[in-house]
Amino acid sequence: MSSFLVISIIIIYLSVIFYVAYWAEKNSKSRWVNNPYVYTLSLAVYCTAWTYYGSVGLAATSGLKFLTIYLGPIIIIPVWILLMRKIIRISKANKISSLADFISLRYGNDRFLGALVTIICVLAIVPYIALQLKAISETFNVITNHRITPVSIIDDATFYIAILLAIFAAFFGTQHTDATERHKGIIAAIALESIIKLVFFLVIGVYVTFYLFDGPTDIYSKASLLPNFETQQTINGLQGGFNWFLLSLLSMIAIMLLPRQFQVTVIENEREKYLKKVIWLFPLYLLLFNVFVIFIAWAGNIVFQNKSVDADLFTLMLPLYNHHEFLAILVFLGGFSAAISMVVISSLALSTMLSNNLIIPYGFLRRFSKAESKENIESIKNIRRIAIFSLIIIAYFFYKSFTLNRSLVSIGLISFVLIAQLAPAFFGGLFWRRGSSRGAKYGIIAGFIVSFYTLLVPFTIDSQLITTSFVNEGMFGIHILKPYELFGLHIFEPVTQAFFWSLFVNIGIYSFVSVTKLGSYRERNFAEMFVDSSKYAALHEGAYVWKGEAYVRDIRKVLTRFLGENRTERALNLFNMKYGIDKNILYADARLVNFSEKLLTGSIGSASSRILISSVVKEEEISLLEVLNILDETQKAKESNKQLQERDRQKNDFLDTVAHELKTPITSIRALSEILLDDDQIDNSTKKQFLTSIVSESERISRLINNILDLEKLATGKEKLDLQKNSIKTSTQKSIDSVYQIAVSKGIQINTKGLIDAELYYDDDRIQQVLINLLSNAIKFSPKETGVVSIFSYINSNKVEISVEDNGKGIDPNDLITIFNKFYQSKNQTILKPVGSGLGLAISKQIIESHNGKIWAENIKPQGARVTFRLPYNTI
Amino acid sequence: MKKILLVDDEPNIVMSLEYIFKKEDFEVFIARDGVEAIEIVENNKIDIIILDIMMPNVDGYQVLKYLKANPVFSKIKVIFLSAKNKASDIELGLQLGADKYVSKPFSTKKLVNEVKSMLNKKEKK
Repeated sequence: MSSFLVISIIIIYLSVIFYVAYWAEKNSKSRWVNNPYVYTLSLAVYCTAWTYYGSVGLAATSGLKFLTIYLGPIIIIPVWILLMRKIIRISKANKISSLADFISLRYGNDRFLGALVTIICVLAIVPYIALQLKAISETFNVITNHRITPVSIIDDATFYIAILLAIFAAFFGTQHTDATERHKGIIAAIALESIIKLVFFLVIGVYVTFYLFDGPTDIYSKASLLPNFETQQTINGLQGGFNWFLLSLLSMIAIMLLPRQFQVTVIENEREKYLKKVIWLFPLYLLLFNVFVIFIAWAGNIVFQNKSVDADLFTLMLPLYNHHEFLAILVFLGGFSAAISMVVISSLALSTMLSNNLIIPYGFLRRFSKAESKENIESIKNIRRIAIFSLIIIAYFFYKSFTLNRSLVSIGLISFVLIAQLAPAFFGGLFWRRGSSRGAKYGIIAGFIVSFYTLLVPFTIDSQLITTSFVNEGMFGIHILKPYELFGLHIFEPVTQAFFWSLFVNIGIYSFVSVTKLGSYRERNFAEMFVDSSKYAALHEGAYVWKGEAYVRDIRKVLTRFLGENRTERALNLFNMKYGIDKNILYADARLVNFSEKLLTGSIGSASSRILISSVVKEEEISLLEVLNILDETQKAKESNKQLQERDRQKNDFLDTVAHELKTPITSIRALSEILLDDDQIDNSTKKQFLTSIVSESERISRLINNILDLEKLATGKEKLDLQKNSIKTSTQKSIDSVYQIAVSKGIQINTKGLIDAELYYDDDRIQQVLINLLSNAIKFSPKETGVVSIFSYINSNKVEISVEDNGKGIDPNDLITIFNKFYQSKNQTILKPVGSGLGLAISKQIIESHNGKIWAENIKPQGARVTFRLPYNTI
Repeated sequence: MKKILLVDDEPNIVMSLEYIFKKEDFEVFIARDGVEAIEIVENNKIDIIILDIMMPNVDGYQVLKYLKANPVFSKIKVIFLSAKNKASDIELGLQLGADKYVSKPFSTKKLVNEVKSMLNKKEKK
């Protein structure tokens, strides 16, 4: 196929991708851009050219082992619903813009740690990007029939493709200064590419399996005749099992900690709930991608048996060999998509780290703090653009100058092992409070050194075909220092061995240092916040607490430099509104300090924003736990204060009512007595009437006073109940006796047919008081002459219920509960002022409750009210 | 003969008031709550009302509001007679337009004098 045609296709394809990104950026609110499917597909940036070509290569040469790279993610992703949610929440709450930011913030905004993580990531990923460029270049050469890779850059199409990718990433990656803003354009393009690469790969899989061969059985029966077939398709016993296990673990870490994965999963996450789709859809995607890998590999082995064809290129060579050039173009484009999406996202993620965690905090802070906001915003963007270009260009030269004659998979795995060095610090930081910044740093460095010794050095030696005794004899000829069999451990393959030893040392040092040496108060605060993220979520700006002194205008100055006048003003207004703070306030509080730090973090990274803000803030040490305790106590004090106030109010109301209730009879007594005193001509019968009233009003007063005292005694528990075994029937009968006269005088019947006797422990006098109260209420509200008051009891194994019913008008449904309040008297009472004090039911309730019982009222049909109380057999 | 309306739900208080005002040659009307009070006001040309506040159904405040809202009744003198004697209660009563606020328990003589002088003033005007 002519280069011209292929280049034209590439240009058309890239235009489409650019257009999609452009459209998505313009329509960033569209549902086509914001949905869980786009999010899930963007995660498929995990499948790079390595998956496209390398898996097949690995399957062809070493059998099933390629699966581990996908098994790890498939196993861990369902846990994301908890794990990733926590990570995403923390990241969003703290405006974290990259993996380096996340780790450095967790360990107290440690500038050095952020830089260290950045460097590790760059070291791990640049060769990986180089690998993608290599894949593009090689497949391009295969499809255009170039035998030799062009030596000069000018002739090399890959160079131009790399430049185009850099432009793409730089343009769509720096639309906003705030790196936590989502890059909708890039993500939409990645999602599209994920569809393309999967579909094209499936097409080629179906083509190979069902067109070139007669389905899986056919391929299998032919492949099984090949030498080594048997051993390749097994796990290879316990030893192989260890390798499988560690490789799966490695890819588990990679799916979360590869900078590009962290970028698409955490930073580009629009909504937490998208994770619900991801946990099944993404494993499905990976499964689909792997269905045909083994068949293509077998097919390649069969077709190209005894021909020297690089197994990594089987996917492409199979259609080409059979002269299906259109299909070959599809394969090429699929692999191309896989490669460029990895290059774009990785360079974007790395550029954010480089600018926010390395370049700005170490080089530009002083300059930034003097310059104007416009310049600063431009500078930040330029740093990132330059970083993207440099990364891609460096990767290009890396691929050019090192003869990367190792398979795609092995270079990819080295990348994984380096990234895995961040795992202890990352996951330890999430779940272990004590993990300290010092421990993290030492652990990462030690782990890196070990992987350098056990993997990078021997690998470089091998790949450059240098002859040295280092690999085979060990350093200085010491056998236990053989890099591939460190300390005589020879059950692992090189990569798993390096992974094992480096993480072993890394975790060991991380835990040991963390345990022996306590971190600073600052990192302990962040540790609390990360580990117990849900507890601190509600605190928001208050979460990281700070004691010290700062002027609002100083903070404002710093913010203005990076956000500009308008955005600063808007942000501060919002902040003031949210917390109801006067905008003219002079001193900043902890919330403003935190708020401003977060605001800057998105633009310049957490470490830099910390440094800038603390330059205008005088700080004192305070631990977060301390603060939580203080907050807790104030909250409790507030609550108990509220309760006290409420109790006070109730008491005042009660006193008011008591005063009122006492004054009323006194008023009558005074008025009547004055008349008797002043008026000599008063006739005898009137005099007698007045005196009777005075007596009854006096009785009313003493009754009221007794009731109040009663209530007080019961409520405060001053009076102990005299619990004896009593009979319900006897108590009821005695109670009826004392109201009998009144009932008779009103022509009201009392019906006790439904009363079944029971014996249980209660205070006889008190229960009689309740019964008398209920009975006299019932009599009071029953119609004269036709009134019937009935008493029922209902008994079961652990309680007795006694009801008193009348056939009066019933109780207003709104009052069924309030009637038990003190001094409640029904609004609907139309009869003359009742004889009661308004305390009867309140006292009854108190009595029943001190027997651990319950009292309630209801209306019955056809008419009337029923009050029931329940006494448990076990009163106490 | 002046017409006086006594509004209270306490029968003994009403009884004493009824006795003293009858002795002073008033035509006495009695209401046990706000509803009855309004009925009586609407059907009789009442000169002065002695009004309790805490009553079932319609309370004293509501009766006063009703009277003040109606130009035919707004001139009727109203004396609040209540056991509520906090400054805020008194203020509220006077604000609503009561002519006088007497706290319970009250002196019968003073109350009678108060009523008389209020009605005299009205006549002089």
